Amino acid sequence: MNSNRARAASILSITASVLAIALAAATAPAVAQDKPIKIGVVTFLSGAAAGPFGVPARNGAEVVAETLNAGKSPSPYAAVGFGGTPIEIAFVDEAGGTTKQVNEYRNLVQRDNADMVIGYISSGDCLAIAPLAEELKRLTVFFDCGTPRIFEDASYKYLFRTGATATMDNTAAALYVTEMKPALKKVAGINQNYAWGQDSWNDFEAAMKVLKPGVDIVTSQMPKLLAGQYGAEISTLLTSGADVVHSSFWGGDAEALILQGAPRGLFKKSTVVMTAGEPTLVRLGTQVPEGTVIGARGPFDMFAPDTELNKWFRKAYEDRYSVAPSYPAYKMAQAILGVKAAYEKAQAANAGKRPSQEQIIAAFENLSFEAPGGKVDMALGKGHQAVQGSAYGVTKNVGGKVIVVNIKRFAASRITPPDGVKSDEWIKSGFKTAK
Amino acid sequence: MTDLVSVLIDGVIYSSYLFIIAVGLTLIYGVMKILNMAHGSLYALGAYVAATLVGAWFNAGLNPYGSLALLGLAALLVGVVAGPIIERGLLRFMYGRDEVVLILVTYSVFLILEDVIKLVWGVESYSAYQPYGLLGNFDVGDLPYTVYDALLVIVAVLVGVALTFVLTRTRQGKLLLAVIHDREVSAAMGINVERVYLVTFTIGTMLAALGGALIAPKVSVVPAMGVEVIVLAFAVEVIGGLGSLPGAALGAIIVGLVRSAAVHYLPEVELFSIYLVMALVLIVRPKGLFSAVEARKI
Repeated sequence: MNSNRARAASILSITASVLAIALAAATAPAVAQDKPIKIGVVTFLSGAAAGPFGVPARNGAEVVAETLNAGKSPSPYAAVGFGGTPIEIAFVDEAGGTTKQVNEYRNLVQRDNADMVIGYISSGDCLAIAPLAEELKRLTVFFDCGTPRIFEDASYKYLFRTGATATMDNTAAALYVTEMKPALKKVAGINQNYAWGQDSWNDFEAAMKVLKPGVDIVTSQMPKLLAGQYGAEISTLLTSGADVVHSSFWGGDAEALILQGAPRGLFKKSTVVMTAGEPTLVRLGTQVPEGTVIGARGPFDMFAPDTELNKWFRKAYEDRYSVAPSYPAYKMAQAILGVKAAYEKAQAANAGKRPSQEQIIAAFENLSFEAPGGKVDMALGKGHQAVQGSAYGVTKNVGGKVIVVNIKRFAASRITPPDGVKSDEWIKSGFKTAK
Repeated sequence: MTDLVSVLIDGVIYSSYLFIIAVGLTLIYGVMKILNMAHGSLYALGAYVAATLVGAWFNAGLNPYGSLALLGLAALLVGVVAGPIIERGLLRFMYGRDEVVLILVTYSVFLILEDVIKLVWGVESYSAYQPYGLLGNFDVGDLPYTVYDALLVIVAVLVGVALTFVLTRTRQGKLLLAVIHDREVSAAMGINVERVYLVTFTIGTMLAALGGALIAPKVSVVPAMGVEVIVLAFAVEVIGGLGSLPGAALGAIIVGLVRSAAVHYLPEVELFSIYLVMALVLIVRPKGLFSAVEARKI
């Protein structure tokens, strides 16, 4: 009897196990389908670039991920997460230099099995990560770094960039000031002494020489990054008699230039163009002198179009952080929405099933998608590099608040070299494709 | 001519800033033989406290001129709080160790303070811009300068004169000089060396914080601002001679003027120029321009 009971129990146990295994096998595809898409997001969370760039970008990623997962985003991004699958973000600090970033990227891909990586503000980090993304064969999207060298010097399969290059910032700036001050004769620059500052100045200088042949470049100041004090530079700019002063300063350096230059009359004596100046408006308000030409590295913040997508993003961001999103937040949102658009396009082509990385990449190439800053075309770098229009305006103080007026927009085709042509050659050849 | 005058004025303003920072480092090294790597963080701490106090002052709608006094108060607060905590809580256990060990210890303090700043103030920038434009401008030729910058020069001169007076004309200063000359003999003669160390480190901390507090209205107070300043302060120290007060003054003037001339005439070599001068000085005088003659100890 006992033996029969034991046998029955054994049979029951085996049956239960088999059923459990069968059930698990049957539900496995569903589990895989619901497994969140893991995205490594790399941005500055410490150091000097964290406040003006890294944290707004991080916040942008957080608020977009939350609203996407809650299914509260407007068309064409109404589906939950990416194509119905929730997304999960793992933040990584970009501070610490390229060697650290290479290790962090390896950790994200090889240890943490991130499905994709979105990030990088520093051009130096982008140059270091680009070949690694190819080596590790993981979909990687640069959202902010500006160096045009990434897709002009090489081509990549796994790498995309959803933000425009610095060339577009500076050609647009040159077009704006020549339209604003047609009689300008003297131009000066103050830029940080590293790749970003040097590339920005070179593009602006070359563009000015094309647009205003015979323009006198009176001085090019290149203080060290984070120098903080610009007394001698401001004296030099004041004595140079420049009609226009170009600066790609960002963060604390941009704020320090304004705080030190404004009381000494630099912004009255010359028209100062700050290509990455938009975050300083959020931080300094009316301390930014009237008449300063401000750019946002694209059609972001005050330059963003009046669309449902922009209204949704601004409201979600302001509700969450009680502050307006600055351009790094916009660019991060643009990157995530770009990947979402590619993912869902690939999913649709895959009969609604979760697409493979190769399918997402194929869908991403040459994609056009909408973002809070407007339409983005992945038109350069064999379909991997975005082009987007840009805009500039001048500051004006109204009722104790700083606003930007005289906004002029520049179509992407007017400020962007054709695919396969290097930016510096294109500018020096006279904007040949400019329309 | 205008160029030359502006080179001099810009150079002197920058030198004043460098001197205020470097003199605290000099004092601490001269007395305690500690190359204080945490000096940069204490400078940043001064800037953050000043920005916080000035911000609160203007938010409360108080007399704007009172904000100038807050800069000094910020330096005092950081000095009397952070100085004794670091010296009594950590450094006193390290005296007598190799100078390299002390560099590592102060470097660890630097890292801790950087994180403390991030914990307290976050990574957002702060500004205390109001005092900078408060006193107006004055013109030299066609060039406007702020009165605040002139004030910076006056403060640097006052700090230098006060320290020289205290060191050479007061009893406490002479006791300090005795400790600088020989710690062990001073202790044997009844000087309370530990107290001298505590006071010295507190004053050195205060001077670092004063540099940060005075610069806060001119800059955006951001994380890592102390990293940059420590490199420049060491360049000044090396040129002038470690631990020498006149050396710190001369080093600051040389660096300030050379940098200013480079910015005006050859901006491409601005950064290089400072280190070129440092290298040239070290070739001629490896221990700096004002290095003291050291008696050989058997």
